[in-house]
Amino acid sequence: MIAVDVKNLVKNYGSIEAVKGISFSVNEGEIFGLIGPNGAGKTTVLRIVSTLLKITSGSIKIMNLDLEKDADKIRKIISYLPEDAGAYKNLTGRAYLQFIANFFDMSQNQQMVQKGVEIAELEERIDDRVDTYSKGMMRRLLVGRALMINPKLAILDEPTSGLDVINAQEIRKLIKNTAKKGTTMLLSSHNMLEVEYLCERIALISDGRIVEEGEPKALMHKYEANNIEEVFTRAVQQ
Amino acid sequence: MSALGNIIKKELKELLTPATFLPIIIVALIFGTMGSSIQGIQEQAKEKPIIGIIDADNGTLSTIAVDVLNSSAKVVFNSSSMLDNQVQVGLETLKQKNGVALIIIPHNFTEKILSKQQGQIEVYWIMKGAGLMDAIPSVVVNQLLTTVNTNISKYLIQGNTSINATVVLSPTKRIETTSFKDREFKGLSPDKIMNMLSSQSMLIPIVMMMIIIMAGGIVITSMALEKENKTLETLLTLPVKRTSIVTGKIVAAAIIGLLLSVIYMIGMSYYFQGFQMSEGVNLADYGLTLTSAQDFLLIGISLFVTLIAGLALCMLLGTFAKNYKSAQTLTFPITMLAIVPMFLVMFADFDTLPFALKALVFAIPFSHPMMAPRALLFQDYLLVIGGIIYVLIFAIITISIVVWVFKTDRLLTGSTKIKKISKISGQIFRMKKLR
Repeated sequence: MIAVDVKNLVKNYGSIEAVKGISFSVNEGEIFGLIGPNGAGKTTVLRIVSTLLKITSGSIKIMNLDLEKDADKIRKIISYLPEDAGAYKNLTGRAYLQFIANFFDMSQNQQMVQKGVEIAELEERIDDRVDTYSKGMMRRLLVGRALMINPKLAILDEPTSGLDVINAQEIRKLIKNTAKKGTTMLLSSHNMLEVEYLCERIALISDGRIVEEGEPKALMHKYEANNIEEVFTRAVQQ
Repeated sequence: MSALGNIIKKELKELLTPATFLPIIIVALIFGTMGSSIQGIQEQAKEKPIIGIIDADNGTLSTIAVDVLNSSAKVVFNSSSMLDNQVQVGLETLKQKNGVALIIIPHNFTEKILSKQQGQIEVYWIMKGAGLMDAIPSVVVNQLLTTVNTNISKYLIQGNTSINATVVLSPTKRIETTSFKDREFKGLSPDKIMNMLSSQSMLIPIVMMMIIIMAGGIVITSMALEKENKTLETLLTLPVKRTSIVTGKIVAAAIIGLLLSVIYMIGMSYYFQGFQMSEGVNLADYGLTLTSAQDFLLIGISLFVTLIAGLALCMLLGTFAKNYKSAQTLTFPITMLAIVPMFLVMFADFDTLPFALKALVFAIPFSHPMMAPRALLFQDYLLVIGGIIYVLIFAIITISIVVWVFKTDRLLTGSTKIKKISKISGQIFRMKKLR
């Protein structure tokens, strides 16, 4: 089943064309990566899929629900992790997870919180105020928040952004394990190694357009490249 | 470019934003309108007060009084009869000709003073409004009556009379009746009524102003912090209706605002008690206290809808706030909108304001609960209920706009026009640099 189906997506900010007719699809349970430089349009695409921004033209279906018509229903089955997201500083980590869980199925919200606590792995610090957390701790809390609700689709914008090597590795493993349990992942990243490790399929975006799409290994073979970085450079130059 | 010039240029570019200038421009416009209206009132004050005189005495001392009044006031009604009918005719004439007072000198005025008693002067005041500015004409007439007193004293001293010093220094006594909003207040002068009303109705304007400033600041800051702490994007992707987010923020701010105001008002109520006791007049004797449950209910409704409207307006402004710093700037116009009607209600009466200022006061939602207590004292239900309906419509429209903004890209992306302008200006700057 196709989890995300994007067709001819265009997004304009006034006269600025941020996304210029992108099409791609993500299968259920797949980890799909959007790869590209800053300003390529990755975050705009993820924000649109997350129901935050309006579509200028084109269409998006998530689990067969139309993004424009069924935004409220879509919000119940997705989870979005923005690149530079934060949490409410006056709350403790646990209270923040509880606040988010309260928007979902009330009968399961305690299990959700428990799952979030386990994913975040903050030990006793989970009961400390968020404003005392380091950047890595904050990111782990937010990943816990994003995945604890068992979303059908997790949209992760630079999930390991700003993290040290060890923290980043833990989060990558977590993403991979969650996908194995059936959650579809749509993520963006600058980190080509991360992409090679995590994504089953990728789309390379440059200047608001998809310039190449496929499995990382197949693309490396096609472009006779040693890594995705080289694939990207060659695909853009063509 | 020098390092200093470079820094100045960067700072100016950061500070020259619509958020910096818009509040100041709005405030300048409000003060401009207020200034020109107050100037108009002051011009009015320079004009001679319009009065009527009934001189039933026609004696030496009453002639002194009439001379003083004739020389410094515009007398539109003159009579020498004290019959009830004449008083009514005089009052009607004055009402038609925008007069201030009907001054009656009884037939035994001169005789009483010369027989060592104070002579009575009856003053029928026609009070148009209860603002400080409305009191100006009556203050002028009061001064004339003081001059009458002084001139009679001079006459008595020059005549070397044997009248005792108390009467010589204070030969006249005033018996005052004030007509205000179709009611008669015996024994009260306009300034006394004005003081009583303002001491009684000052509490609500201050409460309203405090709630709006406190709760409004909370709402604007809350929006700014959502953006600054990067929590807004997450909130907007959760399964919660935009209306619930807007309502939740408004209700929470209203509760905090009310709590803060209660704490503030505990102190303020003691402060006001001091003023009310010093008046020494029982307001209930003159029917100047609100007693019916219906009146209190109307004031409560007026306060509630205004609080919601004010907070919705703050929420709308909050959507413009990029961070905590810009939120502080945005609370300024709300503070001004709360302070302006408070002062206008204190200085002038809604009924006597010029049309433009009247429209401005009516348009500011915060004015309505400030005007409601006084209006209810005089059974002006049209103003109170009309105000509630207006503020309710204002609140519904503002909340709808806020919900609409929450459904658009504007909340996250800001104004595309501004971005476009800055992009174009950046391009022009780079082109100039290349040349």
